[in-house]
Amino acid sequence: MSSTTHATPGASDADAEATEGRVYNVAGGDWDEIVAGDTERGDNEQIVVNMGPQHPSTHGVLRLILTLEGETVTDARASIGYLHTGIEKNMEFRTWTQGTTFITRADYLMPIFNETAYCMAVERLLGIEDRIPERATLIRVLMLELNRIGSHLGGIGPFGLELGATTIFLQGVRMRENVLDLFELVTGLRMNHAFVRPGGVAQDLPAGGIEAIRDFLRKAPAWTHDLHSLIDANPVFKARTQGVAYLDLEGCMALSVTGPMLRATGLPWDLRKSQPYLGYETYDFDVPTQDTCDAYGRYVVRMNEIDQSLRIIEQVLDRLADRSGIANDPWLIQDAKVGWPARLSLGPDGMGPSPEHIAHIMGQSMEALIHHFKLVTEGFRVPAGQVYVPIESAKGELGCHVVSDGTTRPYRVHLRDPSFHHLQAVSVLCEGGNLADVIPAIASIDPVIGGVDR
Amino acid sequence: MTTGPGGEPPAEDNGGDNNLPARRGEERLDAQVVRTGMFGVQTTGDTSGYGLLQVHKRPPLVSEPPYGGYFDAIAQDLGSALQADGVGFGDAIEWVVVDRGELTFYVRREHLVVVADKLLHDPALRFEIFGGVSGVHYLEDTGRELHAVYHLASITHNRRLRLEVATADEDRHIPSVTGVYPAANWHERETWDFFGIIFDGHPALTRIEMPDDWRGHPQRKDYPLGGIPIEYRGTKVPPPGERRSYA
Repeated sequence: MSSTTHATPGASDADAEATEGRVYNVAGGDWDEIVAGDTERGDNEQIVVNMGPQHPSTHGVLRLILTLEGETVTDARASIGYLHTGIEKNMEFRTWTQGTTFITRADYLMPIFNETAYCMAVERLLGIEDRIPERATLIRVLMLELNRIGSHLGGIGPFGLELGATTIFLQGVRMRENVLDLFELVTGLRMNHAFVRPGGVAQDLPAGGIEAIRDFLRKAPAWTHDLHSLIDANPVFKARTQGVAYLDLEGCMALSVTGPMLRATGLPWDLRKSQPYLGYETYDFDVPTQDTCDAYGRYVVRMNEIDQSLRIIEQVLDRLADRSGIANDPWLIQDAKVGWPARLSLGPDGMGPSPEHIAHIMGQSMEALIHHFKLVTEGFRVPAGQVYVPIESAKGELGCHVVSDGTTRPYRVHLRDPSFHHLQAVSVLCEGGNLADVIPAIASIDPVIGGVDR
Repeated sequence: MTTGPGGEPPAEDNGGDNNLPARRGEERLDAQVVRTGMFGVQTTGDTSGYGLLQVHKRPPLVSEPPYGGYFDAIAQDLGSALQADGVGFGDAIEWVVVDRGELTFYVRREHLVVVADKLLHDPALRFEIFGGVSGVHYLEDTGRELHAVYHLASITHNRRLRLEVATADEDRHIPSVTGVYPAANWHERETWDFFGIIFDGHPALTRIEMPDDWRGHPQRKDYPLGGIPIEYRGTKVPPPGERRSYA
């Protein structure tokens, strides 16, 4: 907690105290002044705590303004905007393909979800949804489910850390590191991949990719078991989370809450089941639910979803293995007017266009060079219209609203980010509880400020 | 920058050979020209030889019933629910668009709240999930520049629906739906912040992403992207907002 009551930058404490009452600045460690001041003021006085935006337990630069009576939170407000980077505005000045490099940076813990929602929206605008190659869809599902695991672990691990348990954090991050290693193997990057592209994906799985993911699947159950045995019956964790941050189905409906928070109330609402996309209806998996409506239930739902994602990944790998006999199985739409012309390959100086492609456009075909140049610099035109594509991200309904005016750039892209939406529930989750319960309440929402502020 | 859908519903574009410029109907040649040449360049910059090319504005797309699928049920149920309040479907809904498998109701702003109320509370409709407000600024659509787009979903009936409300830039007021959907709170603040649409009846319409003392509304089309040119080895690359546009 950085300070009490609204300390105004630039104004002296005397100025602030004239308008806002007694101001304490607390940088951490030194509580004597506060304790003395509290004794001096006596009971029954409200105290306003400004928590964040640099507080380690607020998941990035989230700022909470809490009004306390004793230890009870009587008013909780969330203030956001500290990480607004103008992703949506920037995308209006780039081509449709370049858009993926921007939108992947929104919620940086689930970049593949951002990219997929956006690319599915562009594909629906183009009317090419039916022509996306099967292999591209399989790779997308594979990466989405890996990303779901990574995102949940990025929520559960820090959850433990915020409650004071470094081991939970380390165990969570250990498993997440392995997910990121797979991302690095497949896309070349640990985050900000820009891997999913309009029309398919940027490249095929690399040699040894399937084996690496199978290896991950073999090891994953032991890792999740470790997490379960650390957390599930942990008396401290249970005391801090059970019955805390209660939000039942009625509350979720009133606030349009989706994702693990909704499923922790017992409603199995999952867009992968109810409004399937990318062929999710053909996979065998369950929608885990809990009926405790509290922070603990949300943790259990996330852990069980990791298991279900592992199931889906296994099925995807089997299907990819079935297709291994197909020669030149495409992973990008076979349409020279949309699909990215260059094929990427790994050279001695890193990832770049393949030497065969360079030889073709530079030495053999003038038309191919023109075509490459036009598509890379100008991009393709997308017929005018608007679409909204919702997908079930790790945190809830992630929707991408894309408007085209028929040109080579998006007219408007808007991300309905679940973290942004769910932070509205902070006051409902925190008010009436203890100050200490604010931490698990925020952690159980699992907000990522990159997505909140965009 | 072209007007594109320009506030009117967008038209289907890739309709086959009939849409090729050479075969377009005479009536389309009378439509407003939205782009000339290949690169949108007005000076001598266009060396493509297509400087005389004219691209016309597409006619607005308005769908007539039957809309197909569950869309007709939504329209009928909403119509009868509104009728109970003495509001005609045609009074509240300007027109309906079915495009790319998605249903959009263009709602007159004075009826937005009652429409939202019926959509949430009528047992036959029950759109529980409020999917946010997305603003769109159609700079060249005079009188209907600012649009607020609402995405709704029903868990009960497993349906989706989009509402769109248009207002003039001079009179940028749209009633707030926070009374019906409390979750609209932050989304409306964001749309105010980025587009300057004033949501009447919102409990605390303040900026949410930009600093409180920010001037202007950054996502509007008349608000520049900004940026500084990049200099590298003697050449200068202008910022993205000022580079040559192929639109």
